[in-house]
Amino acid sequence: MSGHEFQSFFPESGSVDMTDTSTNIDETTMAELRELAGRYPQPRSALLPMLHLIQSVDGRVSPRGIEACAEVLGITTAQVSGVATFYTMYRRRPGGKHHVGVCTTALCAVMGGDALLDKVSEKLGIEPDETTADGRFSLERLECNAACDFAPVMMVNWEFMDNMDPEKAEKLLDDLAAGKDVKASRGATLTSWREAERVLAGFPDGRADEGPSAGDASLLGKKIAAANSWSAPAAEEA
Amino acid sequence: MSDLLTPVLSANWGDDKSWTLAAYRKAGGYEGLTKALKLTPDEVTNLVKDSGLRGRGGAGFPTGMKWSFVPKDNPNPKYLVVNADESEPGTCKDMPLLLASPHTLVEGMIISSYAINCHTAFVYIRGEVLHVIRRAQAAVAEAYAAGLLGKNILGSGYDLDIVVHAGAGAYICGEETALLDSLEGRRGQPRLRPPFPAVAGLYASPTVINNVESIASVPAIVKNGAAWFASMGTEKSKGMTIYSLSGHVFRPGQFEAPLGITLRQLLELSGGIRAGHELKFWTPGGSSTPILTAEHLDVPLDYEGMAGVGSMLGTKALQVFDETTSVVRTTLRWVEFYKHESCGKCTPCREGNWWLVQLLKKFEAGTAVEGDVDKLLDICDDIGGKSFCALADGAVACVTSAVRHFRGEFEAGYSTPAWELFPYGRSALFEVAERSLSLSKGASTKGAHA
Repeated sequence: MSGHEFQSFFPESGSVDMTDTSTNIDETTMAELRELAGRYPQPRSALLPMLHLIQSVDGRVSPRGIEACAEVLGITTAQVSGVATFYTMYRRRPGGKHHVGVCTTALCAVMGGDALLDKVSEKLGIEPDETTADGRFSLERLECNAACDFAPVMMVNWEFMDNMDPEKAEKLLDDLAAGKDVKASRGATLTSWREAERVLAGFPDGRADEGPSAGDASLLGKKIAAANSWSAPAAEEA
Repeated sequence: MSDLLTPVLSANWGDDKSWTLAAYRKAGGYEGLTKALKLTPDEVTNLVKDSGLRGRGGAGFPTGMKWSFVPKDNPNPKYLVVNADESEPGTCKDMPLLLASPHTLVEGMIISSYAINCHTAFVYIRGEVLHVIRRAQAAVAEAYAAGLLGKNILGSGYDLDIVVHAGAGAYICGEETALLDSLEGRRGQPRLRPPFPAVAGLYASPTVINNVESIASVPAIVKNGAAWFASMGTEKSKGMTIYSLSGHVFRPGQFEAPLGITLRQLLELSGGIRAGHELKFWTPGGSSTPILTAEHLDVPLDYEGMAGVGSMLGTKALQVFDETTSVVRTTLRWVEFYKHESCGKCTPCREGNWWLVQLLKKFEAGTAVEGDVDKLLDICDDIGGKSFCALADGAVACVTSAVRHFRGEFEAGYSTPAWELFPYGRSALFEVAERSLSLSKGASTKGAHA
């Protein structure tokens, strides 16, 4: 030992997991990938949505998925991998049926997010970036998810779970594990991470009309204005 | 003199099925579009110029002027790209807007596209907000079905397509040129300017990139007039805007008010700091805007007011922290965010933020040594202004402003852990067993986005 051996601080980085070559990608998937490419003035713009679709089909960015995107767009697999490894939402290993995130960026962390993450991690028996052995849950330490007025925030399958505390988190995980219907705070009844990925790819699931218009915090200013009869000035005379 | 709060963009939030076309029309929606299509594109641009509308995404650049930079003689197609990648820590205004009233944005996009002679527009929404994306997709589909998008919109002869595009988790894509690279299907890394996007943006064609709130403000300006908009706000910061109050306040939430309201006024409306506590520090517009303290409670929250006290209006995301909060811990968390979100293109940002995290962890653990505060500032000096985009500057701003206002707390890190000075459980909204804070005490780096 010279004491100068290379030590990587980035054990998780690198290319996609090429050891697992299983795939569900079929002709339907290929047709959908081509459809996505056709929605843009230049096909390569569809690469992010296409990778979301790959995740919904294969539960991760699979080697075959990388090839499929490259084939459809006429670019190299290295170019596709380069993009897939840049973005946090793309997984190299399979995600759980429910992908659970706990925000620990400064404000949520301070307001209880750190404790929430510990609770969820303990309850699921996994660390962030891991998936439970039964494939039901994966866990992520989230960064700010644009819901700070509802802190501390959790996300399940990228749906908002607002104003969380350890008890609510425990019930949420119990209900999901028991297969019960769980409604997002400002969203639809939770489906699964893979179904969510399909919507992100650009294939709507028809659930836009579920859930409220806004959360209480979103409406606070409007309600105070109404109570005081405050409003914007009247329009100009035409 | 305007009222203290002036809901315009948020006026229909909470209405029954407010996200649908029918409800939006009932609330007066698409009247601005009808009016705009009777004007020439230049008249619409001038209207927006005259209103004084400035970008609501952080930089505050005049929106109408941005539009007028699009060269008319460039033979390439023109593009409008709406930045809905809302990811700046603390910022939470565009997502509720899109959730409650996506048609406000769609109408704004049609009018704005018409003004710059664009026939394909994009809305780039961060990927981690499923229901927001559902509502945006549904609104665009409804607009097509109603003849508000597609060919010959409302019989005007004007054509426009809108593509709803989901990102995939990268804060940097909120930077406009990184967003363009991402929208071209590449790694989201900022581009060198010039050329500016108005000349060579998406597909090297003239492109206007605006924040959601900026574009969503356009229909009301067209409908009610430039003078109406300019009658709200302050001399150089016109109009109404959405302020997002979060953190240790009695009632967090969204407040739409004329530019220039103060934090003191907003706190009075929201019931003040949570019971039994007092204000310690706050951000005016997300974590990239230098922090302020109780002495700045009466400074107008407009572009000039915030610049005047060495900060920035930013996204008007007011994150409020009370006296239980450790500045060192909070700063570390912000810098961990920037470290993870640095795209890696520029060495000062990629390496510098990594070093800042290492050093800040020592301050938090009470193991920093005499002189480390100066080292911290020295590293900041090596990062700020020495990278392509503003991510580096934002990362540094939270550190330098924290040291400026709370140097003693950093120096305490030469001997005492932050969690002893400020037991972390006291900042939480619920009872926290001390053992459950192993993560924040550096005992583990699990999932820390190395």
